[in-house]
Amino acid sequence: MPSPPNSYCKGFLMHASLPDANTLIVQLADVIAPALTPDTLIVGIHTGGVWVAERLHALLSCSQPLGTLDISFYRDDFSRIGLHPQVKPSNLPFDLEDRAILLVDDVLHSGRTVRAAMNELFDYGRPASIRLAVLVDRGGHELPIRPDFAGLSITVPDHRNINLSRLDDGHLTLTLA
Amino acid sequence: MNPQLSQDGRLRHLLTLDGLPRAIITQILDTAESFMDVGEREVKKVPLLRGKSIFNLFFEPSTRTRTTFEIAAKRLSADVVNLNIATSSQTKGEAILDTVDNLSAMHADMFVVRHAQSGAAHFIAQHVAPHISVVNAGDGRHAHPTQGLLDMFTIRRFKGEFHNLTVAIVGDVLHSRVARSQIHALVPEVRVIGPKTLLPTGVEQMGVRVFHDMEAGLAGCDVVIMLRLQNERMKGARLPSSQEYFKFFGLTPEKLALARPDAIVMHPGPMNRGVEIASEVADGPQSVILPQVTYGIAVRMAVMAMLAGTGNA
Repeated sequence: MPSPPNSYCKGFLMHASLPDANTLIVQLADVIAPALTPDTLIVGIHTGGVWVAERLHALLSCSQPLGTLDISFYRDDFSRIGLHPQVKPSNLPFDLEDRAILLVDDVLHSGRTVRAAMNELFDYGRPASIRLAVLVDRGGHELPIRPDFAGLSITVPDHRNINLSRLDDGHLTLTLA
Repeated sequence: MNPQLSQDGRLRHLLTLDGLPRAIITQILDTAESFMDVGEREVKKVPLLRGKSIFNLFFEPSTRTRTTFEIAAKRLSADVVNLNIATSSQTKGEAILDTVDNLSAMHADMFVVRHAQSGAAHFIAQHVAPHISVVNAGDGRHAHPTQGLLDMFTIRRFKGEFHNLTVAIVGDVLHSRVARSQIHALVPEVRVIGPKTLLPTGVEQMGVRVFHDMEAGLAGCDVVIMLRLQNERMKGARLPSSQEYFKFFGLTPEKLALARPDAIVMHPGPMNRGVEIASEVADGPQSVILPQVTYGIAVRMAVMAMLAGTGNA
């Protein structure tokens, strides 16, 4: 059986083998830091992407305000599954015209969420560039979208999901369902 | 079964706030909050209803309601067709369904219906194909649910949550579908203020406190909702004159001073200045009448987005 490219871990993945999310974010920040210009705007995608973006924003000592996106109004499966019951407002407290943007999500799977997020960003203006940072790239891409920075790249079978959850104390956990 | 809900409990039609689950109302208001910034962006649109056709069926004129529904649909990227249909009272029932059938054959996805007769939107909702949603934009004296929702949205925006609020609805409750929607929708203490001839019989049974003395009714209120004196719906002389009405039930700065100092003043529009409301109040610091218009767009976007999401499911 051919193994997918760019994966650290091949085959079936057990729950116990998922690394600690909080450590992973620190490692991700270290990878991003050299490539980050001072005027880069960090934008997290609701909900998990915002948690990761908040951490990165602090770890990278970003001086720009943090942006958040809820892509519910841009989903390509709206006519099939309807509106998400808990839509949160998008909040981009800056003019993104001609700015460098670091888009942040928790898990990259099909790439459809990122496509929707990019469409939404362009309705606010024309950014100079968009780069993508994800905590986990789990494979299964359905669009030509790849991360510029990934905390972890693994291959997970299609019928399983990687979820990021947050406890009341802010502690983040990755689980395989 | 609630005709407004789909089998899995989602919003299917919006006909009246009466009997609509509280969770759905909250979801509409929360979704509207997310639409608030769309009007201020570079591109004032989201692609949610791209390719959907929405027909505004207005069997009686209403510039403001029709315009806000049209803007709301366009900000959702839907295609909008406005039909102002003058009805002949003789063949009305048949004509409505013929109109609906013809528009359905043009692949309509949603009807926004305004009609002088109570129950018109229900009637159409019962008739349409399963994938078509109906929004009641006002039917006679009965209901105007998006107006009730935008009033709730306005109160929530300015006053936070609804509990511990006292809301006064002042004026022509008898002829106002707006008031009927509000009485059903609002949870805090609701007071109804007006002359006996303009309050419906049995209004006390709707769980509201009734006042015929405006000064007493306004005391301590957080929200004052003024209603338009509906001259076109008046049959027979219910009032001596509009001057006399203004003297007793018009909102002046002096009367407003009896409400709480931070009370807000609302009006569904269009206003009769100098009849139910003084210009000093309508244009004054406590007036939120123009924000109501802006909020109406976000609320109608939320309703249409939720309906379109269940129509094909």
